Amino acid sequence: MDNAVLTVLIAMLGGAIRVSTPFMFVALGETLTEKSGRINLGLEGNLVLGAMVAYATSYLTGSPWLGVLAAGMSGLFLGALHGYICKLPKVNDIAVGIAMMSFGTGLAFFFGKPFIQPQAPKLDSIPLGDWTGNPALAQALQVNPLFFVGIFLAVAMSWAFRNTKWGLIVRMTGDSAASAKAMGVSVDLVRFLATAAGGFLAGIGGAFLSLYYPGIWNQGLSSGQGLMAVALVIFARWDPIRAIFAALFFGAAGAIGPALQAVGITSGYYFFNAAPYILTLVIMIISAGSKASARDAPGELSITK
Amino acid sequence: MTVQAADNAVVPVEKTGNLQFLRFAESIAIPVGAIIASALLFAVFLLLIGKDPIQFYALVWTGGFGSSFSIQNSLQRAAPLILTGLAFAIPARIGLTMIGGEGALVLGGFASAAIAIPLVSGGVPPLVTLPVMAATGIITGGLWVGFTGWLKYARGVNETIASLLMSYIAIAIMNFFVEGALRDPASANKPSTMPIGDAYRIGSIPGTDVHWGLAAGIVLAIVLWVLMSRTTFGFAARMTGGNLRAARAQGLPVGWLMVICCMIAGGCAGLAGFFEVAVIHGQANASLVAGYGFTGILVAFLARQNPIAVIPVAILFGALAAAGGVIQRRMDMPDATILVLQGMLFVVLLVSDTLYGRFKIFQVKATGDRT
Amino acid sequence: MTFSSISRRSLLRVGAAGLAATALPFGFARAQTNVVLGIVYVGPKDDFGWNQAHAVSVASLKAVSGITVVEEENVPETDAVSKSMESMINLDGANLILATSFGYYSPFVVELAKKYPDVTFRHAAPLWNKDADPQNAGSYFPYLNQAHYVNGVAAGLSSPTGKIGFVAAKPIPSVLSNINSVLLGARSVNPNATVQVIFTGEWSLPVREAEATNALVDAGCDVITCHVDSPKVVIETAEGRGVKTCGHNASQAPLAPKGFITGAEYKWETIYKTYADAIAAGQTPPNFLVGGYNNDMLRNTPYGAGATPEAIKAADAAIEALKGGAPIYKGMLKDNAGNVVVDKDYDNYDPYLDGMNWLLEGVQGSIT
Repeated sequence: MDNAVLTVLIAMLGGAIRVSTPFMFVALGETLTEKSGRINLGLEGNLVLGAMVAYATSYLTGSPWLGVLAAGMSGLFLGALHGYICKLPKVNDIAVGIAMMSFGTGLAFFFGKPFIQPQAPKLDSIPLGDWTGNPALAQALQVNPLFFVGIFLAVAMSWAFRNTKWGLIVRMTGDSAASAKAMGVSVDLVRFLATAAGGFLAGIGGAFLSLYYPGIWNQGLSSGQGLMAVALVIFARWDPIRAIFAALFFGAAGAIGPALQAVGITSGYYFFNAAPYILTLVIMIISAGSKASARDAPGELSITK
Repeated sequence: MTVQAADNAVVPVEKTGNLQFLRFAESIAIPVGAIIASALLFAVFLLLIGKDPIQFYALVWTGGFGSSFSIQNSLQRAAPLILTGLAFAIPARIGLTMIGGEGALVLGGFASAAIAIPLVSGGVPPLVTLPVMAATGIITGGLWVGFTGWLKYARGVNETIASLLMSYIAIAIMNFFVEGALRDPASANKPSTMPIGDAYRIGSIPGTDVHWGLAAGIVLAIVLWVLMSRTTFGFAARMTGGNLRAARAQGLPVGWLMVICCMIAGGCAGLAGFFEVAVIHGQANASLVAGYGFTGILVAFLARQNPIAVIPVAILFGALAAAGGVIQRRMDMPDATILVLQGMLFVVLLVSDTLYGRFKIFQVKATGDRT
Repeated sequence: MTFSSISRRSLLRVGAAGLAATALPFGFARAQTNVVLGIVYVGPKDDFGWNQAHAVSVASLKAVSGITVVEEENVPETDAVSKSMESMINLDGANLILATSFGYYSPFVVELAKKYPDVTFRHAAPLWNKDADPQNAGSYFPYLNQAHYVNGVAAGLSSPTGKIGFVAAKPIPSVLSNINSVLLGARSVNPNATVQVIFTGEWSLPVREAEATNALVDAGCDVITCHVDSPKVVIETAEGRGVKTCGHNASQAPLAPKGFITGAEYKWETIYKTYADAIAAGQTPPNFLVGGYNNDMLRNTPYGAGATPEAIKAADAAIEALKGGAPIYKGMLKDNAGNVVVDKDYDNYDPYLDGMNWLLEGVQGSIT
């Protein structure tokens, strides 16, 4: 039994590392966007389009890292479009997000057809666990560089929000457009850039899906991961570091279902497979209502008003 | 504001009528213009990928509206979308972004199929069984979304995430029972609940192939429009949606208003689930998860959360889905074509929101008309 | 019989719809009838799996003169499929409809077949009941578990440990039969072989399929096979983990140059060719067309680098035996809860096996 517990724990560790990266990138992108006072619900579209563009680019050029860059650019395009449209008066940013989700997945499915079957060159991983002598652990510790990029970005963003002029401007724009304007900041420009940059990061998350794990392109690839990641931002209370932990937690919870079946606990797998959603909801219910949660929300967000 | 109000008292009747007419004309002209603009934009897209836009739109017409069969095809596909559109639109009026219609539809449909099992096997006549099933679907959906609304009000849990999570959980619950305790042993390769049987299935509206879900959706849309626009409840809900703090300061029971709006929404989605079971499938199974809840969100946004406008928008979506098949078959284009068109249409329509109040022809002349 | 009344009613219907395209009342009775074949897929037709296998096979019919093919993909198992098929009949004049997803049959194909008695409907699962269902409907289905049995034989002799992992979508008979057949194939050459199964709960969910594959490899399985719509993820992930693989639905051999053993594939083209020939000869295609190795409806993917010479020999022998009708389920067999579920030898097409709701002793996993 101890062995079984260990197996599940190793699987959760591996799941956290393997599955969390796309959630990380989308959540970080959304954190940046929401910190500036705008919400982009459409990052699922960026994720799916990014996955397709990354796979196609890697296949056509033979360079997976070029694919990552192209995915980022496709995300930047959708993000910039969102940012530009929301600049217009009377346009609802949540609605535009849902439109971009529809538009982005539509484009990805439309142009992605020829790339489902071919094999594109994938991103390599760094074997960090070979010293352990335990093959399962060694596998769990096969880490893709993008995972570290994500963590580095989170630390950098967290630091920048507090300590740089740019970070202060973004936060101020998000908390009170009026005071930002009073300081001579162009609110629209800040939000446009924050949404475009957030879209870029979400596109990178898509590249991880198609070029590393699970490492294919097809229409079922994301199945709502981008939508969940946007939700995790509120769960993480707009903090980049907490967003990382939320993504890791979600990845680990997602590994519970298959891992329990692997050690022989096979009944009720629908609920174990739904573990990430159930646990997230439970934690939200427990932790919500606290003053901290309300305090952390950017004041200009339409979703919290 | 106050000046205007004072003016209204002395403005001749036909001037007020004129103002209302211009507003109405604007609210028709701008979306229609946007639809035309997005169609042109999509035509450019088609030309870029080497397809014939004229053939494309001809097929949209043929497949969506071109014959009595096509019209019925569109209406049939629109039926669940009206109800799921309402499921998003009603909470939106009170300021809640509820994206959990999918889960409420699935669970409502499942509950109505589950309650039918003892009733059908007990020989209870359809005239009793079907209303019980419908009520069960409505109540289950209502409680499911109402719970999310209560979480928002009582615990401050963000309703958008919570409703999304609840959708995934609802689907897991349905699968758990359909593949476990409530599985009809005969439904070997497609795990389902016990079929309600042909005698208990709801047929089509006489003279058509369109099912009664469409009629229910239209009636409900009108009722909810009256409720939200013409009653104190609706006024209070809209006020809460417009300014939560002001509504609280006025002493409105904000929490109850939220929960009730959410329950109405869940009830609409649950009713859609009931119709899926009672008309389409005759039992509950994984086919209930067909994405109607999520398409309903698009429908509601395009309808600008107006219950009446949900009807034509849902029919437009139904027509696009119907036409999508013809376009695949005749033009050899992937099904995602319609997704791209929908996305463009949606983006352009949202951009057009910025045009309200910009066109002089829709404005009452500021000075000359008022004395 | 009621033939004349049926065709009159359908003529009225077609007339009412204002479309005379399908108004030939005698179906395929005239050899010169042009065939408009409408086919509906539940997913994208280039999914590198179930749907693509159909699409590739039906594409071979496009070259036959007198046959027009119209296709619609991503059609969900709701009234959308009724409407799509009806639209093919009304707008394209389709007179042969192929419905390729299990959930299309009841109620959708059955009800539409009653409504359009002049149109021939064929559905890809052995569900047609000649007493209860309309005579213009029908079924076709290759019993893929025979090819999975061959997978099992090859896997049993290619696996160093005899532990085979199986990533499965849903615990339904057609999937369970493949799992059990892999076990029986492996046990026929290695009595200690086991199969460990993980259900993902969905037909296509790439991330969870990859997680399940990793979990099985971590649990010690050294051959991985699967039954999901698009096996690409499972095969590539397993290859990346350095274990061997057996394929499903279509050839995945190029995805696993090091570890691929063989794979279970449908030969839909045999069936579709039969339909085309029947139509060309002015006959109605057979109502019930099922089969396996004995009538050329299956094949196993050419052996890959993962197959040992003994495995190839034994698998080839197993294929020959299946062509001769050798049974796979031979009594006595117990399920993994200890109940006797196979008390005698069953023919490979015995209806008893169609309702399978058990996993044999030797399979780790449970269907609830």
